Amino acid sequence: MGRLIRMDRSGHSTLADWTATDEKAYDAAMEAFRRELDEGYIAVISEGEGHATQVTELPIEAELVIMRRPIAGG
Amino acid sequence: MEAATASLPELASVPWRSREDAGSLRRRAQLWTFFTTVHVVPFLAAAAGLMWLNPLAAPVAFVAAMHAWIIPELYAFRGASVVRPKGGNEGGEKVAQGFLGDLLGHDARELQRATGLVVERGRLGVWLVGESGALLVTSHRRRVHCFCVRATDRELPPSDRIAHLLLALRSDEEGFATVANHAFAGASWRVRRRLDREMRPALARALQTSVRSLPQPSTSV
Repeated sequence: MGRLIRMDRSGHSTLADWTATDEKAYDAAMEAFRRELDEGYIAVISEGEGHATQVTELPIEAELVIMRRPIAGG
Repeated sequence: MEAATASLPELASVPWRSREDAGSLRRRAQLWTFFTTVHVVPFLAAAAGLMWLNPLAAPVAFVAAMHAWIIPELYAFRGASVVRPKGGNEGGEKVAQGFLGDLLGHDARELQRATGLVVERGRLGVWLVGESGALLVTSHRRRVHCFCVRATDRELPPSDRIAHLLLALRSDEEGFATVANHAFAGASWRVRRRLDREMRPALARALQTSVRSLPQPSTSV
């Protein structure tokens, strides 16, 4: 099962869940995903120490997609 | 099929910066050594000269020697400050702490809870990621580079701020070093003395890891 979460002021919020066989749930997750991208979030799939992949499309097979805010030099 | 992007999108906000790599970091470290020497040597020479000319000038010589000591200390203090906790929204911290823990292995999670810093191995060296900055321990003469960098939302819980930086670092290490502001580079002992006491074990772990397991620094093409 895939999960789309957003890191926010509450710690994190789950935006959508989907399975590879549930097209309707995936479409809803895709819609939420695009909405977050439009708001300036960046989508990342963590792959353990030293590795993460940024994505601009929601991978149906992903287990966890994380939306993060941009970073900047302080 | 998902479209994956290799470079940090945040690089677009700093188009004037060239991408950091092992070579550019080495040059930065050399420049810091040079400028520290340039600041320190004249004061030490003045102190010695005054004492040679007239021992009665000892108080003035002492002040000059103090300048030679304090300038590198101030630089190191500035560098170590990048990982000091900044406080802020503690409301969601418990949830954020759990989420950050899920991104880490067992040892890194325990160390983060004890020290507030995440240890992360990269190609450039071993990173220590805090709420609003990161330290990079390189294998080259065990220099520590201090980077000031943060998530743009300042109201995030502290652990979420660390998770933001960690995910950006994992996505594009060199891009992360480019987006971040380089605050200091110097000897590890100099930074260690200016770190909060509870953070020092994290630096010790990073130094051990950098000696044990780092690959040779890659050269950019």
